[in-house]
Amino acid sequence: MTLAVVPPQNSEPVFYVVDEHEHPEGASTMLGFWIYLMSDCLIFAMLFATFGVLGGNYAAGPAPKDLFDLPLVAVNTSMLLLSSITYGFAMLAMEKSRVGAMQAWLVITGLFGLAFISIELFEFAHMIHEGATPQRSAFLSSFFTLVGTHGLHVTFGLVWLVTLMVQVARYGLIEANRRRLTCLSMFWHFLDVVWIGVFTFVYLMGMLR
Amino acid sequence: MSSLLHRSYPLFHIRKFQQGSTVRVLKILALLPLAAALSGCDFVVLAPAGDVAVQQRDLVVVSTVLMLLIVLPVMALTALFAWRYRESNTSARYEPEWDHSTQLELVIWSAPLLIIVCLGALTWMATHLLDPYRALGRIDADHPIEAQDKPLNVEVVALDWKWLFIYPEYNVATVNELAAPVDRPIRFRITASSVMNSFYIPALAGQIYAMPGMETKLHAVTNKPGVNKGFSANYSGAGFSGMHFAFHSLSAADFDKWIAGAKASGDMLGRNDYLVLERPSANEPVRRYGSVDRDLFKAIVNMCVEPGKMCTSEMMAIDAKGGLGREGLNNTLPLTYDKYARRGAVFGPEPTYVAGICSVDELKGQSEPESTVPFDTTPLRGAGLKRPPFSPANPSSTSLLLGSRPKSDS
Amino acid sequence: MFDTSLLAKAIFGRLTLDSLPLHEPIVVGTFIVVALGGITLLGAVTYFRLWGYLWREWFTTVDHKRIGIMYMILGIVMLLRGFADAIMMRLQQAIAFGGSEGYLNAHHYDQIFTAHGVIMIFFVAMPLVTGLMNYVVPLQIGARDVSFPFLNNFSFWMTVGGAVLVMISLFVGEFARTGWLAYPPLSNIGYSPDVGVDYYIWGLQVAGVGTTLSGINLICTIVKLRAPGMTMMRMPVFTWTSLCTNVLIVASFPVLTAVLALLSLDRYIGTNFFTNDFGGSPMMYVNLIWIWGHPEVYILVLPAFGIFSEVTSTFSGKRLFGYTSMVYATVVITILSYLVWLHHFFTMGSGASVNSFFGITTMIISIPTGAKMFNWLFTMYRGRIRFELPMMWTVAFMFTFVIGGMTGVLLAVPPADFVLHNSLFLIAHFHNVIIGGVVFGAFAGITYWFPKAFGFRLDPFWGKLSFWFWVVGFYFAFMPLYVLGLMGVTRRLRVFDDPSLQIWFIIAGIGAFLIFLGILSMLVQIAVSILKREALKDVTGDPWNARTLEWATSSPPPAYNFAFTPVVHDNDAWWDMKRRGYRRPLTGFKPIHMPSNTGTGVILAALATAMGFGLIWYIWWLAAVSFIGLLTVAIGHTFNYHRDYHIPADEVVRVEDARTHLLAAGAKS
Repeated sequence: MTLAVVPPQNSEPVFYVVDEHEHPEGASTMLGFWIYLMSDCLIFAMLFATFGVLGGNYAAGPAPKDLFDLPLVAVNTSMLLLSSITYGFAMLAMEKSRVGAMQAWLVITGLFGLAFISIELFEFAHMIHEGATPQRSAFLSSFFTLVGTHGLHVTFGLVWLVTLMVQVARYGLIEANRRRLTCLSMFWHFLDVVWIGVFTFVYLMGMLR
Repeated sequence: MSSLLHRSYPLFHIRKFQQGSTVRVLKILALLPLAAALSGCDFVVLAPAGDVAVQQRDLVVVSTVLMLLIVLPVMALTALFAWRYRESNTSARYEPEWDHSTQLELVIWSAPLLIIVCLGALTWMATHLLDPYRALGRIDADHPIEAQDKPLNVEVVALDWKWLFIYPEYNVATVNELAAPVDRPIRFRITASSVMNSFYIPALAGQIYAMPGMETKLHAVTNKPGVNKGFSANYSGAGFSGMHFAFHSLSAADFDKWIAGAKASGDMLGRNDYLVLERPSANEPVRRYGSVDRDLFKAIVNMCVEPGKMCTSEMMAIDAKGGLGREGLNNTLPLTYDKYARRGAVFGPEPTYVAGICSVDELKGQSEPESTVPFDTTPLRGAGLKRPPFSPANPSSTSLLLGSRPKSDS
Repeated sequence: MFDTSLLAKAIFGRLTLDSLPLHEPIVVGTFIVVALGGITLLGAVTYFRLWGYLWREWFTTVDHKRIGIMYMILGIVMLLRGFADAIMMRLQQAIAFGGSEGYLNAHHYDQIFTAHGVIMIFFVAMPLVTGLMNYVVPLQIGARDVSFPFLNNFSFWMTVGGAVLVMISLFVGEFARTGWLAYPPLSNIGYSPDVGVDYYIWGLQVAGVGTTLSGINLICTIVKLRAPGMTMMRMPVFTWTSLCTNVLIVASFPVLTAVLALLSLDRYIGTNFFTNDFGGSPMMYVNLIWIWGHPEVYILVLPAFGIFSEVTSTFSGKRLFGYTSMVYATVVITILSYLVWLHHFFTMGSGASVNSFFGITTMIISIPTGAKMFNWLFTMYRGRIRFELPMMWTVAFMFTFVIGGMTGVLLAVPPADFVLHNSLFLIAHFHNVIIGGVVFGAFAGITYWFPKAFGFRLDPFWGKLSFWFWVVGFYFAFMPLYVLGLMGVTRRLRVFDDPSLQIWFIIAGIGAFLIFLGILSMLVQIAVSILKREALKDVTGDPWNARTLEWATSSPPPAYNFAFTPVVHDNDAWWDMKRRGYRRPLTGFKPIHMPSNTGTGVILAALATAMGFGLIWYIWWLAAVSFIGLLTVAIGHTFNYHRDYHIPADEVVRVEDARTHLLAAGAKS
């Protein structure tokens, strides 16, 4: 943006921009998305806090060590971590404008995400089948809600991922699509970070309780 | 017993500020409009009957006076500036570019700061000394607690929408009527059966919430015979407006008569009677029970009045040891009765409860007696709060505002 | 029979004919009046063929100015509803003595006080504040629009969706009977099995999404779109307070969303977060909701502080005293507002150390607030104060707010709170700060910026009438409540025994009636001003001789706000421009890049509202269909890549030339 062409030594000050460049569309999108992520982070913070307070209230029912299958959760965690890495590869491909490679990496990311969701659903179904329902105790309520909210986010991320793949296929790697892919990338890594928190505080520390 | 007195002077520091006669004049002035109003209406918060409420009243008045130190000048300046610098007054100075003055900035930040420092110190002390969980240190301004002042225990249960009072030492209970002898410390243990209420007798002491599954405490004493109102101060449902009771401050002899009267009623409050009583009802008349199930209050707090239901104390003990494992998944039974109607969440199962397991208490057929300490004798030492450096020889005039408080009732 | 009832249940959930409150004559009467009014309005719109215009120019608009105006209209309409509740409560409490049950049964009365609180906070104060920020902030920082114009439209309609749900609850089913924060266990399924709390939850959830998104939007706008030269420390104070408010919104509304989600899980699938049994903890809810609830208070009052700063400095004809300390005071309040939430429940038995910590942090907030008060005071000092309406509201605020602040600090002393908590003293206190601060601030802002938005001033006679009715009415309505609080009278009571209290309630009722006259005068004021708009016209764009950038453009501003983006050299940018001989650019206009309107926001919000309605009444098909619709429309919207257009240079030239003529004509006359 250049200011008016009045020379600075001139006594009359410059009060408006004469030669204005167009505002690039989406200039504030990254900032806005960051702020959104932080607000989402706050929701998770509340769920973590709730789990922290209520997580020991088993209501004379089962405790984490009776329910959690740590190897399964470890596999699950690796699915999500791997999906983050493959998303990173997709972004690298996007930087080089290699649409095919990028789409392929996105497919792999989606598959890892799908695997993560499936394993989580299997874990939930197993627990509910045994009678460890969210209604059984405050611990189980907060467990299902925290982990389930994360799972819902991943599901939403998958829907978003598919949408973006369609959009890239139809419109190519235009500026708007690159921006959207970057946003989803931030979202995806954010979910990864949250999951690390879940894995540590809920599963690992739960087993130690 | 002099060491006991350490706790009995919540406002002694302020007392020191108030040595100056100006402050004394100020406090009398502050009370004038109140005194005028008092003649017509019952300002129970400003003229309570119990020593705790008196001290809380003092705190209200002192804080107000402290804040008026800054509020009144601000109001006066607002009026003055608004008038003086009105547009039509062209003789007033006009400095459109004047927007900063370091000295003034210092003043406007430090003046409120100073007030808040004073008020904060006062708050810290008063909050600790008037903590409802602390046993009392004095009967009133002139009488420290003596060893023979054994507190009266009252167990309070907020029901939908009435109050149940249990006197464990006398083995009697009442609904919507509370009585206590004057000048004897009262120790309330408070809980609720279903939703949150707040137990409040303005003439006696500040309120404290009555919450299901939890126990709160309140220590108080009444100094004047008479009848005062008590009620729930937290909205609890349809019958809330009728959820009040009379609080009788009686002389020791009258109190004994009152207890005898309750005993004479002959009704017994057992667990099943309680389960009937706790069902929602509004505007209940006074009722008296001549005997009470001795563990009723404990069962109410632990939400296991219903036979076969696990007590929360037991549940918490089990949880602290890591739960009951997978076996614990199935120890729930369908709830036969919940307070309003049988209902659960739309996608949830029918309401259930955790079934009790046979406990040692039950086997022994008794619960261990609660360890009671007549009163806490340690001086207060909250973090940052120093041991009160006053001499207990002069216990009078701790009530800040009314050094001349009538002593006839003590 | 069996089959039909199952079918009815599948179609209508738990909504039956019995759900309509036909047995409540007051509700039926209200419904008839509202229905007649609504039919008249809709009929008029149809008759004058305004639907197309409204849809194209207003409902689908992404222009922050129009969205701002719509927020204000929403706030004022909901004010009428919220105030109707208030006056019904006052009437009930004034007559329910000596064995009289009054005219409201518990079922109705308990809904009214809950609805009053919810509506006044979420659907009156919030829209008024958000509307003013939406309208003014982009203009004050010299921007063309907000960062995300579509999101802005969507946020507005989500707020409307929440309001619609709350309004529907009046005629279909019932509203919550829990008090405005719906403490469990009372609000849990066991004790509130009816739809009331569900209306509460979904009304707030739908509106909450809008509020959070609008917060994100305005933060980005302020951070990213400021005119060149406007550093952070040159932003107008209203922009500063808006920034802090929106930071508070983004950092607190997710907490509300989370806690209400947990409550709805308890109610819908029977989890045990806030139940008495199975290890749940009702106090957890109380903590969480106040972690949102206390910042909410500052969300409302900070923009009002900003308005008073602008108004004081404009009408005193003087720079704001202590700009820097004003900014720091705002920031300190923003941070501290997160450290005080426990003062709302000192009486729940926290230890003395916890109580005194939160009591003292609360008191500390009064230090920056006090500093602000002095800053306004010294802005008046050595000024030339013009007592136009906005300034009158400001002075009334200064007197009223110090009283509310004082009683607030008093309530922050825990032992004092033990005797005053939940009493009418508390009610008097928070009405004292919310009416004295937020409402007076909103009115000051409305009268101040009205000429900017519409090109003519509000009629001063009816405005002054309204002002005096409001201020006098306020003191009559709430000073008796302070008195009653000191007499140990608690809140939310429906009937009273003690006849000596009645006189105070009657005085309070008279006060409420005076406020009613104030609201009426305000509506008359708007009507009269529209009729007399030629006489009240302002062509200069700067009717108050003001100081900030929004007054540099025309009134009402063109769609693009500024033909050329202004360059800022001073805190009081427009004052500086006027002083140093700024000349309006007359040539060299270029096409201007603008966002285009879209109906997606309306559709999404309508679907969200329908989903809320389905969930409230257990109409699962409706909820599912709406949810799928929501997803489809949202995804469909992302396939639209053409969301902007250029205002051609000719158009800009035409608009600016028209203004040049107007200004010239104005200068001659």
